[in-house]
Amino acid sequence: MKCSEFLHELTNYLDGVLDETTKVELENHLSWCHNCYVVCDTTKKTIEIYRDSQLYELPDDLRSRLRSAIMTKCQQYKKKRSGSETT
Amino acid sequence: MGAIQNKLEGPVSDELTLVRAAKQGDDSAFEELVRRYDRNVFRIAQHITQNREDAEDVVQEAFLKAYGNLAKFQEQSKFYTWLVRIAVNEALMKLRRRKPERTVSLDEDIKTEDDSLPREIADWSPNPEQQYNQAELREILSKTIQGLPPGFRTVFVLRDVEGLSTEETAAALELSVPAVKSRLLRARLQLRERLGRFFQKRESGDGDQ
Repeated sequence: MKCSEFLHELTNYLDGVLDETTKVELENHLSWCHNCYVVCDTTKKTIEIYRDSQLYELPDDLRSRLRSAIMTKCQQYKKKRSGSETT
Repeated sequence: MGAIQNKLEGPVSDELTLVRAAKQGDDSAFEELVRRYDRNVFRIAQHITQNREDAEDVVQEAFLKAYGNLAKFQEQSKFYTWLVRIAVNEALMKLRRRKPERTVSLDEDIKTEDDSLPREIADWSPNPEQQYNQAELREILSKTIQGLPPGFRTVFVLRDVEGLSTEETAAALELSVPAVKSRLLRARLQLRERLGRFFQKRESGDGDQ
């Protein structure tokens, strides 16, 4: 496997959807190609850091405010719709 | 080194029960769906719009649209995937309104194939995120993902942050599976390269990088 081929398969490898033969070839490539090993390892870390970052968590107070606004608007929508159905 | 484990495989067993009850007019069932997915919709919206107020609006508009169109939901996909599709569209509309000078589209094809090929290979320190406190780390991650084109960061957030499958992401964004894979690879590589500036292993006595 060449470096360009490794890159082509990287996403499938990290997502765990590579067939066994390609996976073995890729891991063999990683065992001797330090650059590709680093790219693979740091890409994996990138994903993990974002996934675990809790970036943009919805604070509890805002969350309940949004939810009650949503439900109020839903009620209004329902009333309007049933009103227009009866007229 | 193995595959990434998905953290999110939402509880879907009774999702359909809730959806059907909501369709019959049970608002508490719909409220339960809001409770279940509001955090996810907010995260997705803020990743796409990069604006807190817009993200709040998107959450409200997406759920309201879902409520109004519930009868049209065919139950062929998960409710969550359908909701994400609505939310992504709302978020992209916000972005277009805010940046009318730039066309914002998931279809924009971004530069050449080479733009995300790794140029910087230097290894990272073992626990790079621990070099920074929580607030600093959030700032770094937020700034870094802001630099990606919207089409890339949308795919990245759905696949890697929210844990949707490639097929679900493709369905939610109305893209082909190969298009999702190609964007995901480029998004991951670009983020990796940009984060490298902050997380690179520092050689002792060698000063600034």
